[in-house]
Amino acid sequence: MKFMVMVKATADSEAGKMPSTELLTAMGKFNEELVGAGVLLAGEGLHPTSGGKRVRFSGTSRSVIDGPFAETKELISGFWLWQCKSMEEAVEWVKRCPNPMLTESEIEIRQVFSPEDFGDALTPELRENEERLRARAEQAT
Amino acid sequence: MTAVRRTIDAIWRIESAKLTAGLARMMRDVGLAEEIAQDALVAALETWPVSGVPDNPGAWLTATAKRRAIDVLRRHAMLARKHQVMGAGEPDHARMDLEALLDVPIGDERLRLLFTACHPVLSVEARVALTLRLLGGLTTDEIARAFLAPEPTIAQRIVRAKRTLADAHVAFELPPPPELEGRLASVLEVVYLIFNEGYAATAGHDWTRPALCEEALRLGRILAELAPSEAEVHGLVALMELQASRLPARVGPSGEPVLLLEQDRSRWDRLLLGRGLAALARAERLGRAERGPYVLQAAIAACHARALTADATDWRRIATLYAELVERLPSPVVELNRAMAVAMAEGPAAGLAIADALRDEPGLARYHLLPSVRGDLLAKLGRHEEARAELERAASLTKNTREQEALRARARALG
Repeated sequence: MKFMVMVKATADSEAGKMPSTELLTAMGKFNEELVGAGVLLAGEGLHPTSGGKRVRFSGTSRSVIDGPFAETKELISGFWLWQCKSMEEAVEWVKRCPNPMLTESEIEIRQVFSPEDFGDALTPELRENEERLRARAEQAT
Repeated sequence: MTAVRRTIDAIWRIESAKLTAGLARMMRDVGLAEEIAQDALVAALETWPVSGVPDNPGAWLTATAKRRAIDVLRRHAMLARKHQVMGAGEPDHARMDLEALLDVPIGDERLRLLFTACHPVLSVEARVALTLRLLGGLTTDEIARAFLAPEPTIAQRIVRAKRTLADAHVAFELPPPPELEGRLASVLEVVYLIFNEGYAATAGHDWTRPALCEEALRLGRILAELAPSEAEVHGLVALMELQASRLPARVGPSGEPVLLLEQDRSRWDRLLLGRGLAALARAERLGRAERGPYVLQAAIAACHARALTADATDWRRIATLYAELVERLPSPVVELNRAMAVAMAEGPAAGLAIADALRDEPGLARYHLLPSVRGDLLAKLGRHEEARAELERAASLTKNTREQEALRARARALG
């Protein structure tokens, strides 16, 4: 099972305040532990939303909204993809993570859909489309 | 299962290898270490549902195991005094600080644990069970379910394996350099065996058991961290990541197997595919003059991974890689794969010639893929009568019911 583990933003992270050396060291050690346990698949940190954009969909129109965005607690500042045997295992790993922020913070864990979860909703035509898109994406990299 | 039981399971999975490895160094006996670790787990299962899970469950397990370990060492010392064994003496107090032992980088200890679990004095089945138990933190019941074996059989297998290790006085240490390559091969074999049992289940109703693949991948990734300079370790990881990336496409809507060339490639897991190619690049950067069997198999899997459609597959390159693999790993099964690649690169007649030469191989007499491959090649050459007979024969040789159905369907399709 794959899980997306999201570090929620704080006022500090949104202000672009960089973590202390101590925190970076502790985080590095935690990441090493995840790799050493074969759990970590991928992970990235994100720039504050002041440099982010949102695209709003309404009928056929698309409007672009510039960051920064409100509701800081609902934003994310980084994520991992983990492979774990269960949600409980993901929770136990998160508990071992150093507080990723200088203030109170939250980490959210969500299970990643696997293709089987879609059942019949993904029709052959949709799959074919997706395949073409991925093929182009791959050529681009 | 209750919520607290699931939490304890998760904690055990994270902590058990580290705990057992530390104990093994302290007790110098893997079997004893495993028993003490299990005792600590039992204590947690009794205590935590009542008292709640402690804030630092790892430290709790370590402290509990340490008390038990010291009891055992004291008892051994007392017995030694009673029997007046010369030189047995007091337990070595320098060895008794489990926290200190667990505080040192444990990579080395876990590697020792893996080498011990895969020791050549053990049967392959015992190595698999012990590796999943000691490194994967799986319970006997989970291992039994994974291999569709009765639980008492697996429990017996583990008990016997621990006794064999003790009787053979297998030391808890890394193999000496001259033995390292052979011993590492044994570890890789065990990990890949676990993967394959999940990838193409040899028995039962399910064609694949992805949980077992995930388990093997995890062991492989751990091993790659522990032995980063070994090209074959990265080769095995690459091979498993690439094969696992196809798992979502390998099973059809009603659970039937879907062959590689018929798979919907949009369902391949791009993350695993990318990780596989990266691991292969790491293996190749280590630049061994002679590529090992896992690196070669990963290179073949990468040819498929890089092809955006089945038609775009570079079969000539695959045929060349198989030829190199046959040289490194002379095996009729590899030769059969080469036959398929050559058939794709040069036409069915050229492939069939290689497959036909394998018909007298005693090792393939009961191997369903030989008649399956011959059946397909004969069909392509328009020899339908012979093809049907071969596919029927292949169906009668496999134990997997899903695969039987697929082979019979191919035979029927020939009219």
